[in-house]
Amino acid sequence: MLTYSITAGLVFGLYFCLVGLGLNLVFGVMRIVNLAHGDFLMLGAFSAFWLYSLLHIHPIATVLIVTVGFIALGIPLYYLLVPRLLKAKDPEMLSIILFFGFSQVIEAITTISFGPSDRSIPGRVLGTAPMHVLGQSLPSAWIVSGAVSAVAVGCLYLYLYRTRLGRLTRAVMVHRDEALATGIDVNRVSAIAFGVGLALAAVGGVFAPFMLGSFGPAMGVDINIQSFAVIVIGSLGSPMGTVLGGLIYGVSEMLMQTYFSSWAGLLPYVLLILILLIRPSGLLGKKVRSA
Amino acid sequence: MSAKFLRHIMLVLVPVVGAALVLPHVYSNQLLLFNFLVYLVLAQGVNVIYGFTGYLPFGFVGFFGAGAYGFALAVMHLHAPPLVGMLFGAAAAVLLGVVLTPLLRLSGAYFAIANLAAALAAYQVISNPSLESLTKGPYGVSLSGVFDPQLSYHVGVLILAATLLLVIYLRNSRFGLSLQAIKDDPISASMAGVAVVRGRTVAWLLSALIAGLIGSDFAWFVSVFYPETVFSAEFSVFALVFALFGGVATVTGPVLGVLLLYGLYNAIGISTPQYFQLIYGALIMLLVLFLPNGLTSLLQRRGVDVP
Repeated sequence: MLTYSITAGLVFGLYFCLVGLGLNLVFGVMRIVNLAHGDFLMLGAFSAFWLYSLLHIHPIATVLIVTVGFIALGIPLYYLLVPRLLKAKDPEMLSIILFFGFSQVIEAITTISFGPSDRSIPGRVLGTAPMHVLGQSLPSAWIVSGAVSAVAVGCLYLYLYRTRLGRLTRAVMVHRDEALATGIDVNRVSAIAFGVGLALAAVGGVFAPFMLGSFGPAMGVDINIQSFAVIVIGSLGSPMGTVLGGLIYGVSEMLMQTYFSSWAGLLPYVLLILILLIRPSGLLGKKVRSA
Repeated sequence: MSAKFLRHIMLVLVPVVGAALVLPHVYSNQLLLFNFLVYLVLAQGVNVIYGFTGYLPFGFVGFFGAGAYGFALAVMHLHAPPLVGMLFGAAAAVLLGVVLTPLLRLSGAYFAIANLAAALAAYQVISNPSLESLTKGPYGVSLSGVFDPQLSYHVGVLILAATLLLVIYLRNSRFGLSLQAIKDDPISASMAGVAVVRGRTVAWLLSALIAGLIGSDFAWFVSVFYPETVFSAEFSVFALVFALFGGVATVTGPVLGVLLLYGLYNAIGISTPQYFQLIYGALIMLLVLFLPNGLTSLLQRRGVDVP
């Protein structure tokens, strides 16, 4: 039981890294809170669903499609919303409200177009035989989802640490004004980071039907809280801290479901509040308290 | 009591409370009128904490739900009469406020998210099937023994009057000014001798009390409800949107917001909530981008003193 929970928890943890990563990248680069993150994930799930059920496109191929598609969607969206927001008196606070409004718009349009009901894709699409990891047998849909998440995290790492654009992105993360002063096109770098953030959410969405069971237009709120729990555990503004946060979150979620299942729903909220109060900077991070 | 204080009472409190008292005699849908009361009070509760101290209470509904369940538990288990039950409801909300006071150490977005998480945690506890013997878990409570729409409506009007009075006081008092000084710059405010921690804690507990009172009155008015009814995120969201739309840190703003937007909501029809969700989502976005200080700021920019 215990080793099963921990192994499954690590696989889910990899997936939760992916779920939180885009939110944290956007926060790190722009210091804004994309409260519509869960809704972009939901749109990714719908993309996977329609591409699979209408055109029989395999979810792995969908990953490539949504990556390109959501980066292309995110860049103009950045120029439409963010520069104006960043000029405001308190962009961080207003971003919560702005993107909350945006999440409502996305949810409403999705509900109007496709109805409020939940959907799912059968797990056998990602393989039928259970796979063996660390002596435990897990559904192959989980393993595939966890593996793709790991690859996505790896790609983000390569982008941030091995490319010129990634170096510029990290410069903007450290200090937006200084980056501007050294002649970096901060808006261009941020726009791309925003697009990458949405794409990461959408890729997470592609595997939502397998990891979360089903999905529907109203799933965004829960995903947002879970993503927040994950990135707060790691550290806000540090995408790679999210990996640690995701793994801790995944394992503790599985342990809760195994040993205290009726209270498992409380976990993300309690974890979030406790960590904010005890170590608000997350396990790897700088100070964020105001007073 | 200054002349301005009296002017604000005459211009806002008297007409709003007067209308709330007269309308049931002219218009038969009392549930709708009561819902207006609830949102008028909740929007002012958000105003007290967000408008005057800058803390964005995304989980404001937690206090509303705590009030409703405090009332329900006192009526179910202690057989308390409704007015005593309301004291329990108010106490439950204030108690939750006290427990959550440490959240005030967090800034901006962190506070908002932590507050939302706290409200969802409260919902998880109340609706947990393991606590069925205490809270009736997810199956909801039925308090039909104390059902009294007339009396509970009038108690609601009283809560509204008291809330408006409090906000008028904040708008016209040294205490209210000191809160706004904390909101603008806590460090300068504390250097000017403002008790920062005490000020924001008092505002926080007052807003919790307001939400708890109207939450317990709501429980009394409807008498049969489920956890997801009184912990519905819709209460936080609507209250915030209404307050922001009208403009916070005024008395008129949240009132205008509720009358216009909740009026629109009912005109569109609750049967297709997605359309309202689409409209208010878009409204929020336009508001943040083009009119971040609400409708009343249009007048204030022209030098009009909005109550």
